[in-house]
Amino acid sequence: MGCGMVENAAGFRAGRTAFREVDLFDVSKQRVGSAGQAELPDRPTLAGLGRKAWERMDRGTRFALVAAEEALEAAGVRGSMPVIIGTSAGAMPIGEDYYRVAKSGDRAGQFRRIECYQPQRQMSQLMKSVGVYGPLRIISNACASGANAIGHAFQMVREGKADRVLAGGYDGLAQLVFAGFDSLQALSPSGVPRPFDAARDGLAIGEGAGFVVVESLESAQARGAKVMAEVLGYGAATDIHHLTQPNPEGDAALITMTAATRMAGLEPGQIDYINSHGTGTPLNDVAEAAAIRRWAQGDSRSIRVSSTKSAIGHLLGGAGAVEAVICLMALDGQWLPASLNVREIDPSVSFDLVQEPREAKVEVTLTNSFGFGGANATLIMGKEGRS
Amino acid sequence: MSRIVVLGTGAVTPAGWGISAMMETIDAQRAVEQTVLERPTDQGASITTPVAKVPKLTDRSLLPKSPRLRRASALGKYAAAAVFEAMGAERHQAARDGDLRVAVICTLMNGCVNYSNRFFGEVLTDPSVASPILFPETVYNAPSSHLSAVMGSSAPNDTIVGDGAEWFAGLELATEWLDRGDCDLCVVVATEEMDWLSAEAMGYYSSSLLPSEGAAAVVLGREGDGPRLMSIPDPVSYAEVESPVDAMARLWRNLGADDNGRTLWADGRNGVARTDQAEDLPWHGPRISTREFLGEAMGASAAIQTVAALEWLRTGRAERAVVTAVGGNEAVGGAVFDAP
Repeated sequence: MGCGMVENAAGFRAGRTAFREVDLFDVSKQRVGSAGQAELPDRPTLAGLGRKAWERMDRGTRFALVAAEEALEAAGVRGSMPVIIGTSAGAMPIGEDYYRVAKSGDRAGQFRRIECYQPQRQMSQLMKSVGVYGPLRIISNACASGANAIGHAFQMVREGKADRVLAGGYDGLAQLVFAGFDSLQALSPSGVPRPFDAARDGLAIGEGAGFVVVESLESAQARGAKVMAEVLGYGAATDIHHLTQPNPEGDAALITMTAATRMAGLEPGQIDYINSHGTGTPLNDVAEAAAIRRWAQGDSRSIRVSSTKSAIGHLLGGAGAVEAVICLMALDGQWLPASLNVREIDPSVSFDLVQEPREAKVEVTLTNSFGFGGANATLIMGKEGRS
Repeated sequence: MSRIVVLGTGAVTPAGWGISAMMETIDAQRAVEQTVLERPTDQGASITTPVAKVPKLTDRSLLPKSPRLRRASALGKYAAAAVFEAMGAERHQAARDGDLRVAVICTLMNGCVNYSNRFFGEVLTDPSVASPILFPETVYNAPSSHLSAVMGSSAPNDTIVGDGAEWFAGLELATEWLDRGDCDLCVVVATEEMDWLSAEAMGYYSSSLLPSEGAAAVVLGREGDGPRLMSIPDPVSYAEVESPVDAMARLWRNLGADDNGRTLWADGRNGVARTDQAEDLPWHGPRISTREFLGEAMGASAAIQTVAALEWLRTGRAERAVVTAVGGNEAVGGAVFDAP
């Protein structure tokens, strides 16, 4: 959709989509050849980031670096703080290169590939580049990783273990992952994901990163920082139904949504907008719709829901963090992003599915993230002063 | 941190399935048997790498029965066996019955490399027929997902990825969850598997390293009898302190343990001078270096050290144990445990 909060907000507000033919690797033999492939940003000018360090970063890390830098700049902080980052694929494209060269028996450049393939090496370099130091935690809970990272940061700050935490999630397109979702026939053959459409036929992969600085209100106010929103609640649970399929009734999603609203001290009817996990696969959307219906307890008709994966695709380990940032955009701009390309709403939908971007009063948002393996997470954020 | 107790431990190593096989090897100060991985290159040459592999499982009762494990990768099975041993039959059943909320934290460095290797090979050959059975098992959190499913627990489940010191970040996270009451028990497990890709990769760091594999697990709780987790400081990140030697010095200050001649130090030395430097410090108490006998199992090695140290405490061979590890490119970490 673009680079930075401003470009992205403009894109979502205008109802744009970001899908194109993938040209990073050979997709000629795949069922699907398109994705939400992002424009790789230019190297940011940072004292801690030389040309060589940038070149050694994988695609996903570069997205992460740019997003982390924007978050830190907006927060006006650097220095000592824990860093919690979610990713699913890490630096997979570098691992793919290592594999190809190893198969040939060549050794040239392999040590560098082994080192740079490791996400902790990449994230340590990211920290140095943006001038942040402290303990690093990389969460890899598949597609819930980014939301879990922000949730961990929230808990750490809430319990007084840190004044502030840099948290986010990222993933870049990788051939193994793209082919993996294609092998599962989880990708939409048309390349157009239609979350909550009755005839939805799969997801589109995307790429990118989202970062936030989660800070205690006291600390932020003490340094006169502009508060973008308050994190009000977080819930995490595990769906043990199947490795790749959700419980059809959304049991774990119900647990996380209930836990997060309880922590926030809110009733479902007080949530102004839900950024759903909404992948566009037949199984996910019906399970999430069931969870929302059960969670809202008959109060779901007025709850506004959309899936921004319909615009940028599924960012996997980055999805939960990016979608949390989209909620921040909605809170800031007082508009709702849409579930695009819906032709006929699925009968499982009991809520107000936002099909066009719209102006709205938005005080509290909720975002769901569900991952392969059953990692489920819900984050609730509200305008400053809600708590 | 409130009172945190180690209620059970488990391990799978090249010495065998279970803690007793592991301790026998460590106590005998005998290196495990090496095998050789051989693979052809695309040019028709052959590359051989000595490795320490986990022996084939002969006693099926050491693995919990679950359809989830049927197609699980090797490291998923190692993790399941280590956790099954750590939980014990009674607790495992209580979890299955819904009487215990058991959270899972799985720490990894390398992950499911066998399935990734096979799947990516298929993708490069012809992606249209690449196996959909393989792909889900390539995901970092597949093993931890299986563990929650095997125990029937919907409590939180996190996979955290990092270098050889990540295990300690997992222990620290477990204390958070227990303190907060997110779970009744928290299983922390580190697991790794070996194939030619990772074995050869290790050779780029040092030809003296013996690539290894396995898993080790602890069950932590707030109540009950067992060794106590006394100190688990944040790992010291190389983003903050670049030199492993300096990072280790800071870690020692944060650990709050001293060399009183009676404390066991289960260190992470593996016989490679460059990486051992940070832990090559004088020590007056007993000391074990499990990697010298069991090989370098990446993310699992620090967990194996921990389980060995806890076995010393459990059997009364030491009153206090310090465990440390020097990660390759992220952090140094450590923990202190006291005997029950």
